[in-house]
Amino acid sequence: MAYSDKVVEHYENPRNVGSFEKGDETIGTGMVGAPACGDVMKLQIKVNPLTGVIEDARFKTYGCGSAIASSSLVTEWVKGKTLDEAASIKNSAIAEELALPPVKIHCSILAEDAIKAAVNDYKTRRAAAAN
Amino acid sequence: METPHFPIYMDYSATNPCDPRVVDAMIPWLREHFGNPASRSHAWGWEAEAAVERARGQIADLIGADPREIVWTSGATESNNLALKGAANFYKTKGKHIITVKTEHKAVLDTCRELERQGFEVSYLDVQADGLVDLSVLEAAMRPDTILVSVMYVNNEIGVIQDISAIGSLCRSKGIILHVDAAQATGRIDIDMSKLPVDLMSLTSHKTYGPKGIGALFVRRKPRIRLEAQMHGGGHERGMRSGTLPTHQCVGMGEAFALAKAEMHEENKRIQALHERMLEGLKDIEEVFLNGHATKRVPHNLNMSFNFVEGESLIMGIKGLAVSSGSACTSASLEPSYVLRALGRSDELAHSSLRMTIGRWTTEEEIDYAIATIRENVAKLRELSPLWEMFKDGVDLSTIQWASH
Repeated sequence: MAYSDKVVEHYENPRNVGSFEKGDETIGTGMVGAPACGDVMKLQIKVNPLTGVIEDARFKTYGCGSAIASSSLVTEWVKGKTLDEAASIKNSAIAEELALPPVKIHCSILAEDAIKAAVNDYKTRRAAAAN
Repeated sequence: METPHFPIYMDYSATNPCDPRVVDAMIPWLREHFGNPASRSHAWGWEAEAAVERARGQIADLIGADPREIVWTSGATESNNLALKGAANFYKTKGKHIITVKTEHKAVLDTCRELERQGFEVSYLDVQADGLVDLSVLEAAMRPDTILVSVMYVNNEIGVIQDISAIGSLCRSKGIILHVDAAQATGRIDIDMSKLPVDLMSLTSHKTYGPKGIGALFVRRKPRIRLEAQMHGGGHERGMRSGTLPTHQCVGMGEAFALAKAEMHEENKRIQALHERMLEGLKDIEEVFLNGHATKRVPHNLNMSFNFVEGESLIMGIKGLAVSSGSACTSASLEPSYVLRALGRSDELAHSSLRMTIGRWTTEEEIDYAIATIRENVAKLRELSPLWEMFKDGVDLSTIQWASH
């Protein structure tokens, strides 16, 4: 299938690939998808504990070009946003930006889920640390 | 309009380029010699008929058959339909049970589903992890009301060769008709119908360097196999398959099969060497798996799974290479290859596979390029892969609770 230029761009030059140091208290990690489905995304956000703003992000994805592009894109989009702003990023915006065909929309949904999972993970850890 | 980038072709199991000699043989039958082979009353028809009969002989020659046992069709899909529906319906008073294998081509599986809808009962056999049918499993599935068994000779995804001789002997001993889909076998392995106990065999042109849109069905004369026709209208091909014969297509397939007969053995030596070269260059990659039996196979096929790397993303990376994958993303549905699943491969490994099939014009340089680009992209995608990261950390992935949507 022919990919959009943007998907190819993200695939050739993925942004923010990698993982943060283990044990870093300011990190939230979201892992969504399943190998059985052919899509697994791991998204990590580094949050400023005082301002609640996401300062940095990392991703790793097992999946097709559209899945890699979707997760690469969201690492750019979440930077500079508060946790709630990031959690409100809609898959439709991702799909539109990357010009995803109908059969690949689920990749953008997974990316939206990954953000929410990372945000929830961060919040849960902070709540647990506070107790 | 931009010219699309045409990569190195390693998808010979999907289709082959027409050999230029085949094209040359066909052209006159499109130009000046356009007659209908069924026109009995003038020279236009007579010469077309002669060309078709000569081609029929060339088909028969490659597989050690009598030309009268060759029925022209539009391709192996139609041959499979004719064989299965034709035999099942003709012999249904004897019984309504059919046996086939889970790794068959959709042309067989979907036809079996249709026969089930029409009231037949079909057993779909499992295969061993190497892709081969276990004869004792086949025998155990046979019942007094079994009338037909269908097993493909060479598998299109993993290239394994079934023991058709033994399967045929077993069927003969029980009086059961055996149909074999040989679409991927002609021009790759020796086939001698005077020795093989096979009743029906599907053949195609475009996997043996002939044109697409033409095929044939071998229908044994001794012992005689009868079929209920599926295409009606004129009684061509002894009433088994009506329709004007496309002279140029028949000539093309005939020429392709004649070339295969003449050149197959030499060609296979070359292909075997290329196969070994490619395997050598890839097998030492960590967590790589060969799909299908290592030696009971055609050398043209190499199907490997690269663990923790998804197939479509790998194909995207190796864009100078045209291959296919058992990954769900690359099929129209979102399900991974049913053939790889039938081998017992996990979904991950089915999603992570590449099918590389080579042929007449594949060169050593192309093999070396393929090895280099696959190695490079597997490494790059593993850097991106959370599964590879977990594997390297010693995490047992089978214990993870995945939060799939």
